[in-house]
Amino acid sequence: MKVAKDLVAASATPMVLGILAEGESYGYAILRRINELSGGELDWTEGLLYPLLHRLERLGHLESSWQAVAGERKRKYYRITDRGLAELAEQRRQWDTVVGALKEIWHDRAPLTVHPLEGLA
Amino acid sequence: MTAHDGPQGLEAQFEQWRQYVLRRRELQAVDADELEDHLRGSVDELVAAGLSPDEAFLVAVKRMGSLDDLSREFAREHSERLWKQLVLTGDSGSPVGGTRSVRDLWVMLGCAAGAVVSVKVPALFGLSFADDGSFYARNFTLFALPWLAAYLAWRRGARRTVIAALAVLFVLGAVAANAYPLADDSQSVVVTSVHLPIALWLVVGLAYVADDWRSSRRRMDFIRFTGEWFIYLVLMALGGGVLSAFLFNTFAAIGIVPEAFVSQWLLPGGAAAAVVVAGWLVEAKQSVVENIAPVLTRLFTPLFTAALLAFLVAVVWTSHGIDVEREALLLFDLLLVVVLGLLLYSLSARDPLAPPGPFDKLQLALVVSALAIDVLVLLEITGRITDEYGGTPNRAAALGENVILLVNLAWSAWLLLSFIRRRTPFAALERWQTGYLPVYAAWAWIVVLVFPPLFSFA
Repeated sequence: MKVAKDLVAASATPMVLGILAEGESYGYAILRRINELSGGELDWTEGLLYPLLHRLERLGHLESSWQAVAGERKRKYYRITDRGLAELAEQRRQWDTVVGALKEIWHDRAPLTVHPLEGLA
Repeated sequence: MTAHDGPQGLEAQFEQWRQYVLRRRELQAVDADELEDHLRGSVDELVAAGLSPDEAFLVAVKRMGSLDDLSREFAREHSERLWKQLVLTGDSGSPVGGTRSVRDLWVMLGCAAGAVVSVKVPALFGLSFADDGSFYARNFTLFALPWLAAYLAWRRGARRTVIAALAVLFVLGAVAANAYPLADDSQSVVVTSVHLPIALWLVVGLAYVADDWRSSRRRMDFIRFTGEWFIYLVLMALGGGVLSAFLFNTFAAIGIVPEAFVSQWLLPGGAAAAVVVAGWLVEAKQSVVENIAPVLTRLFTPLFTAALLAFLVAVVWTSHGIDVEREALLLFDLLLVVVLGLLLYSLSARDPLAPPGPFDKLQLALVVSALAIDVLVLLEITGRITDEYGGTPNRAAALGENVILLVNLAWSAWLLLSFIRRRTPFAALERWQTGYLPVYAAWAWIVVLVFPPLFSFA
């Protein structure tokens, strides 16, 4: 199963803000973390992640700094700001509403995808 | 294990990849840093999992996906990068490009200052704009164009022989403008004032193509440069006009009238500096945005074609001969110049390998109708030029230009036709136009140097 592109895009902002709320991080590690959290089901590309990080930085939700790692290598670390935390709280409220509503609808139904024939029994 | 393995081979591959990324306008040096760190993270992990560095690099690059997709996503967030690319001090991220363009800026400022000083030097010898208008009319291009040529020659790293040739030609121009005993109200003064700028502009062209003056591509670049330079100059003139108006009126409002400052310093100095600054802008912003001259050409070629065809139809319909007044030949010369300009600037922006299309046919129609009109005018005029007006320098110069342009356009029409019929490649047309540039230069120099004595300084 692959998560649809639209859904990936819609959930991208709260996902990144949520990960950075755990502590500062950098692009590659964020991507690894998303992979880990979703068991490899969320297909994120660099073309999605980095422009999104730059946009959140421009909006003031994140701030960044270059730090030296392992000799001459430089790495750009991102940190969530207070604005970003507020945005995360707002996004969370919205997602809770959506997820809550979906759960209500699907409450006592068997999952449709797995074994459609069993549902008839 | 191949020779590419090991840390050095890997570093070289990273460097290569980085150069490839930096070629994208949407991606800047900081993005390349960030993406490189990402790529390195990916490679490290794959190496830890047991792949060789070479394999790990290939897999990591493959995982990142195509650069096209990546830059498209970056462009969505950073659309401003596709607009403002002109930074005064170059890209701060790359030290080499930075110092180069900083030095470029200083040389340009030096040349612009030189041009401003040159305009004011004659005033030290008591020549004022008001009383010696004819001196300034003859010499105005001699103040600024040598500085523009100097800047371009510096940029191209011109060889000594080229620099010497440039110097000789500018001195020759100064001699032609000032050594002949021309009365202020003579026709020759006007003819010289019109032709000297053309001759000197082509000397600037020599400085422009200094690195490879035989190359047809470089000469075409100079034609492009001319168009863009002119557009920048017009834009700067508009800005300068607004500036002077504000300066004049705001100071006038507090009772100080800066008329002398504006007319003696700001306008002449600004104009001379603008000549150099416009050249620098064109050089600095090459390929930053789409060039304007070809865009205007695309817009106006159909309109001019329609206008010329309408005129031809009207001439035939009313069977009214073209009334050749004193200024008529000049008017039709200008018409040919405009048509030639439209042709040149669409050539300059055309992909030489593209097959002939409708626009090429439209251009052929434009050139042929201009030729038809010009032939009508020439038929009308040949009878008169010998008796009525006689051989004045004005007439002779205008007629000579007409013939030169007619020959150029006639052969261009022929080449366009054979291109549309797929007999000759497009490059033939381009080579014809760039090869013709010395003809304009030769004619302009003849008019400036030979005409005054030939017409006994009339």
